Amino acid sequence: MKTQTYYLNLGPQHPSTHGVFRIILELDGEVVVKATPVPGYLHRGIEKLAEARTYTQVIPYTDRMDYLAAMLMNWGYVEAVEKLMGIEVPERAEYIRVIVGELSRIASHMIATGAYGADIGALTAFTYTFRDREYVIDLLEMVSGSRMTFSYFRIGGVAADFPEEFYPAVKKLLDQIPAMCDEYDGLITGNEIFQARTKFVGIIPPEVAVDYSLSGPVLRGSGVNYDLRKVRPYSVYDRFDFEVPLGKNGDCWDRFRIRIEEMRQSKRIIEQALEQMPEGPVLGKVPKVIKPPVGDAYAEIESSKGVYGCYVVSDGSPKPYRVHFRRPSFINLGYLGKLLEGWKIADVIAILGSIDIVLGEVDC
Amino acid sequence: MGENIFVDFTAWLRGLISGLGVPDLFNDIILMIVKLAAIIVFIALNATWLVYMERKICAYIQSRVGPRHHGPVGLLQPVFDVVKLMTKEIVLPKNVDLVVFLLAPVLIVVPPIVAYSVLPFGKDMVAIDMNIGLFFLVAVTSLSTIMFWMAGWASNNKYSLVGGMRVVAQMVSYELPLVLAMLGVVMITGTLNLSEVVNAQKNVWFIFAQPIAFLIYFIAGVAETNRPPFDLVEGESEIIAGPYTEYAGMGFAMFYGLAEFANMMVISAMCTVMFLGGWLAPFGLTFIPSWVWFFLKMYLVIFIFMWVRWTFPRIRVDQLMGFGWKVLVPLSLANIFITGTGMYIYRAIGW
Repeated sequence: MKTQTYYLNLGPQHPSTHGVFRIILELDGEVVVKATPVPGYLHRGIEKLAEARTYTQVIPYTDRMDYLAAMLMNWGYVEAVEKLMGIEVPERAEYIRVIVGELSRIASHMIATGAYGADIGALTAFTYTFRDREYVIDLLEMVSGSRMTFSYFRIGGVAADFPEEFYPAVKKLLDQIPAMCDEYDGLITGNEIFQARTKFVGIIPPEVAVDYSLSGPVLRGSGVNYDLRKVRPYSVYDRFDFEVPLGKNGDCWDRFRIRIEEMRQSKRIIEQALEQMPEGPVLGKVPKVIKPPVGDAYAEIESSKGVYGCYVVSDGSPKPYRVHFRRPSFINLGYLGKLLEGWKIADVIAILGSIDIVLGEVDC
Repeated sequence: MGENIFVDFTAWLRGLISGLGVPDLFNDIILMIVKLAAIIVFIALNATWLVYMERKICAYIQSRVGPRHHGPVGLLQPVFDVVKLMTKEIVLPKNVDLVVFLLAPVLIVVPPIVAYSVLPFGKDMVAIDMNIGLFFLVAVTSLSTIMFWMAGWASNNKYSLVGGMRVVAQMVSYELPLVLAMLGVVMITGTLNLSEVVNAQKNVWFIFAQPIAFLIYFIAGVAETNRPPFDLVEGESEIIAGPYTEYAGMGFAMFYGLAEFANMMVISAMCTVMFLGGWLAPFGLTFIPSWVWFFLKMYLVIFIFMWVRWTFPRIRVDQLMGFGWKVLVPLSLANIFITGTGMYIYRAIGW
């Protein structure tokens, strides 16, 4: 019997591409023969826009990249500018950055966990993680006044100190986080069907993960112990005691499981940071007009999706000459086309979900 | 009290019509039409209620509140939904096979309606007391496959086509364990008449006599109604809505609301009749009418269906087929074998 392959256009309008991502699938029945990812539907030219703004005005643009962990996006940029200008950040500000950054990571991983459940077909998981994420967002709102695009970081520190009511609220949340993670484990991770769907699906071998410059949970899922917070500690991360959860097989299951473990570790970091936090100012000595000397600087942090880097070039004017962002979501997608080959349509969604992309960041 | 409301009403109607001097043949036809209309109304009302029930149960499982703005506790929500869907435009995409495309959502509700004609709702409450009721029911319900395939093919959409291919594979594969599971019950009762099957459960419900058959029936039943974890046909996160992708307004409502819930009701009602003692009252609570018992049991099964739906993720297509052919079919064959051996031994020792 003569058979032929056909093309299926997955996206940009599709419930499970996490936004406006598009994959052109060549299918043989249900099996993928060839997959061509097509990003770019949410491109807003943030890097170009930054060239026409002052250094401070760029901060809100970084919020719009990974809008699920906007605090971390702020962090990479301000760190690069601080490096460029040689600004000393007060210790208290560094601790505040760690706390809000880890809260942001928890919020981002909650969405990743819930959305992955929805991708696999368990819509209930989605509502549970979203319910819990609201508590985290409440805290960040207390701090910054915004629920999604915080713009809380400033060059040289942060916008404001924590309000008084923040401390009891964050304690209350931290006490609940283990119970929340247990609930996700019970509802999603422990489910037989979920395990059958994700175990040994979409395996990324460790050497391939390194070759393709993957980072974050996607890299650590393959068993490569590489977390910037440990290998090249920035800010005050060398003062905390935490573990880096690692996967064994590099399959969807490992990538999913790691995120829940990371939430538990983030909780530990926040607890330690709250204990160690010194008194003092939250904004360093920053000139009124931010005018870095001619030169360039590159700073990187471990965002919830992977290694997020920011490269800033200055020509001595109040506006950056060039800003470039190394967006982990985008680079993690590099291996997707190859990875999808040979899997079924349902697995395409499972694999894409396990990489956990945010389209604002991919297309920038 | 209330036990014979419907039976008495039918008898009264028959008497009234023959009192008017109508010949017996026409009398039968008129009564048949009345019964059919009653079934259609019954299905439509229940489907509307089930939409509301599904949303409420789903909401409570998902730690939400669910519909609550229209009517008391949102009871009028399905009415608003129906009005909305009815007034929506029926979109006809380019290059669809128009006749098949429009026919599929109409035909999809026929099998459950026909299936209801042989189901005993209560004592003596069955539209047609057919000798081969069970056989008829299984034959009719398996027709739904064709309607889904029609919709999938006629839509001229690849997502619909993939969904259509899945529905045929899935429903045909799970038909087998479904029927084989019921065969265990048929072997014990020795009849295909559903009223007699119910009567045979006077002493012990078949859920206790045939527990494996019940489990197989339940799992295969979920697969037959295309509900999660076997909702590969819709597979919302993969293939948008499968065969229903191109349907809008009432066409979509026929598939999603009416047909899905009507099918679910048939499967639950069958489950009640075959395994849960049908309209028989447990613990001798006969003062509650038999049809109330039937509904209570049916809704219990429906509730479990919904509970499962909002808890489990979706299974993959090859796992689905593997589970059906490698686990359920051999298990149901083993069940038949054990039932047969057991019956032979019981008869041999004259128990």
